[in-house]
Amino acid sequence: MTALLLEAKDLSAFYGATQALFGLDLAVEAGGITTLLGANGAGKTTALRALSGMVRVAGEIRFDGKPIAGRPVEQIVRLGIAHVPQGRGTFVRQTVEENLQIGAMTRRDHGEIAADIDRVYGYFPRLRERRRQQAGTLSGGEQQMLAVGRAMMLRPRLMLLDEPSFGLAPLIVQELFDILRTLNREENVSILLVEQNASLALDLADHAYLIETGRLVIKGPSRDIRDDETVRRSYLGY
Amino acid sequence: MEAAPAAIEATTAATPSVVRLPPAQAVIGGLTLARWRQLAIIAAVVVAVVLPFFVKNFLVFQLTLAIVYALAILGLNLLTGFNGQFSLGHSAFYAIGAYTAAIMMDKWDIDYYWTLPVAGVVCLVSGFLFGLPALRLEGIYLALATFALAIAAPQILKFSPLEHWTGGVQGIVVIKPDAPFGLPLTSDQWIYFFTLGVAAVLYICAVNLVNSRTGRAMKAIRDNAIAAGAMGVNVSLYKSLTFGVSALYTGIAGALGAVVAGFVAPDSFTFTLSIQLFVGLVVGGVGSIPGTLFGGLFALFAPNVAESVSKGLAGAVYGVILILVIYVMPSGAAGLVRLIVSKLARSER
Amino acid sequence: MNWELLLHQVLAGLATGGIYACIALAVVMIYQAIDHLNFAQGEMAMFSTFIAWQLMNWGCPYWVAFVLTIAISFVGGLAIERIVFKPIHDAPVLSHIVVFIALFSIINSLAGWIWDYTIKEFPTPFGTRSLIGDGLISAHDGGMIGVTLVLLLLLYLFFRHTRIGLAMRAAAANPESARLAGIRVGWMVALGWGMAAAIGAVAGMLIAPVVFLEPNMMLGILLYGFAAAVVGGLTSPGGAVIGGFSVGVIENVAGTFIPYFGRELKLTIALVLIVAVLLVKPSGLFGRTVVSRV
Repeated sequence: MTALLLEAKDLSAFYGATQALFGLDLAVEAGGITTLLGANGAGKTTALRALSGMVRVAGEIRFDGKPIAGRPVEQIVRLGIAHVPQGRGTFVRQTVEENLQIGAMTRRDHGEIAADIDRVYGYFPRLRERRRQQAGTLSGGEQQMLAVGRAMMLRPRLMLLDEPSFGLAPLIVQELFDILRTLNREENVSILLVEQNASLALDLADHAYLIETGRLVIKGPSRDIRDDETVRRSYLGY
Repeated sequence: MEAAPAAIEATTAATPSVVRLPPAQAVIGGLTLARWRQLAIIAAVVVAVVLPFFVKNFLVFQLTLAIVYALAILGLNLLTGFNGQFSLGHSAFYAIGAYTAAIMMDKWDIDYYWTLPVAGVVCLVSGFLFGLPALRLEGIYLALATFALAIAAPQILKFSPLEHWTGGVQGIVVIKPDAPFGLPLTSDQWIYFFTLGVAAVLYICAVNLVNSRTGRAMKAIRDNAIAAGAMGVNVSLYKSLTFGVSALYTGIAGALGAVVAGFVAPDSFTFTLSIQLFVGLVVGGVGSIPGTLFGGLFALFAPNVAESVSKGLAGAVYGVILILVIYVMPSGAAGLVRLIVSKLARSER
Repeated sequence: MNWELLLHQVLAGLATGGIYACIALAVVMIYQAIDHLNFAQGEMAMFSTFIAWQLMNWGCPYWVAFVLTIAISFVGGLAIERIVFKPIHDAPVLSHIVVFIALFSIINSLAGWIWDYTIKEFPTPFGTRSLIGDGLISAHDGGMIGVTLVLLLLLYLFFRHTRIGLAMRAAAANPESARLAGIRVGWMVALGWGMAAAIGAVAGMLIAPVVFLEPNMMLGILLYGFAAAVVGGLTSPGGAVIGGFSVGVIENVAGTFIPYFGRELKLTIALVLIVAVLLVKPSGLFGRTVVSRV
């Protein structure tokens, strides 16, 4: 069995006194792409926030064998987990280039950072054109690419993406997902992708989980889920 | 909708922190919340009516002033708590109301009760007029503009060409009325009941306003002005009107205050008063109408308590009290009450 | 039109404007770090100046006291943030403002209690010779303007060209995204406070020779400083400095040339004019209007 880069056991998450996740078991294989699907309000975003340390959790999370549940965000990020939040999280007042530099803030190898910025522009040429523009003026698709680029500056081993297709035109989404596939293959970045657009996500991912009101309902290889008509009809609506 | 958290984050700065209350049918100790609320109001009214007969005149005077402050804070609350517009300038409206009353009583011999509606109207208009240009300003910038108003007020009141009207630096003396119809009340007690009555009426109006369609429009603007506008709310009109109504409340409070204090003078209405009102607003609970009563009491008594602890370090003690209050009740007294009620209701289930 | 008088007032305005520019810089500094105004800024600057005065009273030479005071203020600012503001981190914005007010009250009262309210003299390292006119702009005024401009340059370099400057801006602009980039947002804010306190200390030590040292010395100045920072546009240190000079000039010129009003309503007029500027340019003269997509 391939090594598990990320493993969550009996994971629960809390917003203050309200419980949002109930005993989730989740895993991402090293070098693989896993997707977490579900309807609005199912708890997908909460699951990602639980993994990156942004909400209070109970249960076990292991990254590369090391326990990370309960550690602060800043530490988890330094271990190699990049979280691209819902809504992109763009630094709107800063320029495109500054956004990328911010992404590299935890790195000590100054010399490599410039090279990495160039590599990001290689993947997203439109960003190079707009490098000195205020990031808030970019379109939704460009901001999403910038967010992914910012995450890449961390040289992460695992990227958590929260609904990257949200509000984007289908063509742009396709472009973005192709780049994600390339990142996974060439930069060896494992990906945990939260999506509402089930068909696209299932095409990209190897494994899939389906979550409903904070609980896991289905899991398995994405191929199987995609091919199973009953599952698709009852849970994914197509 | 999972996209909502991002939007909510953006408005958190403007919205008062909301603690979810359990529904009115929730039960604590055998009674529904709605019942408890009714009991609380009745108890408060009984205490308010009976109190002046059991305490010294000076305390009656202080309590009257606390009610006046509470009313002024209610005005500020309508603007900041319910409509999201920040104001550091309410001392100016308080002053306008106070001086209107004083001038009417002193120069034209008009009875004190007629001064209230006039002060209200004058402030309504001036508040609305100030609210119009203020439409263009947000947050910090609005704070500065209202701050300018607060600084300007005492300076204008001291301005020599206006001395004939304003009495210049010395101000105007106001004769405190005696109880009418020969009622067996001291002057202080009569003024207390009069103030209490006026405040009660205004509070009821405020509650109705806040729960009406207009109130909902006000709150919608506070929570997300762009969305409110997109839904057909005339944002500019409501914002200016709210400024006017807010000024009206604080102005009437000022008019009452003039009678309670017995005089008006420019240095009573400085920026410090605006700060006191603002602190009272936050300590009582932004966006809470009952909270303003606590705010008024705090605004009046906290500085006194600080001074009694240490004359030389009164300011420091006051500051420490403020910090402790915020630590214990970050959302004001109203927030704390809501928290306790929520916990009690939940534990009953 | 009395041109000589106008020039006279403009120059005098630039001299006082230097004071406002200096404080405006500290205000913008902290705004960049924490996204709101620190109402206690002036009091902290005043307290720092008293510390310097006390050190000199105990025999420290001027420049030693100057440097020590800046260091103490930096640590003090950092400490205040970590001790006073960290616990209320999640509280609503308006509650934060009340804590600022509390801080103002505490510092002002403490200063008066420790050093009493008599006016004290504070030395200037620049001497008292006259630079321009007949004492219109003194060596000290010139020195003050010079130091302010140097500070401005240092701040500009810090924010635009250092990693930590960028980290601070990121932490203030979008704390959640900054955390996801691994930035320790809490410490960035604390650092911002420390820097603002240090700048405030410099401002206080430059202002005190002119207005004399006493606990209430910063009240009016802070007001003008805020106004200057706001009119310059809160995101722009350069704008703050220009705003400061403008406010100084406006105050002096309005005070002299508008009859009647002039003397008695000086403060009001300055503020009214500032508000007028805001009505035309709601984000200040040099503020970057943040374009955000709805």
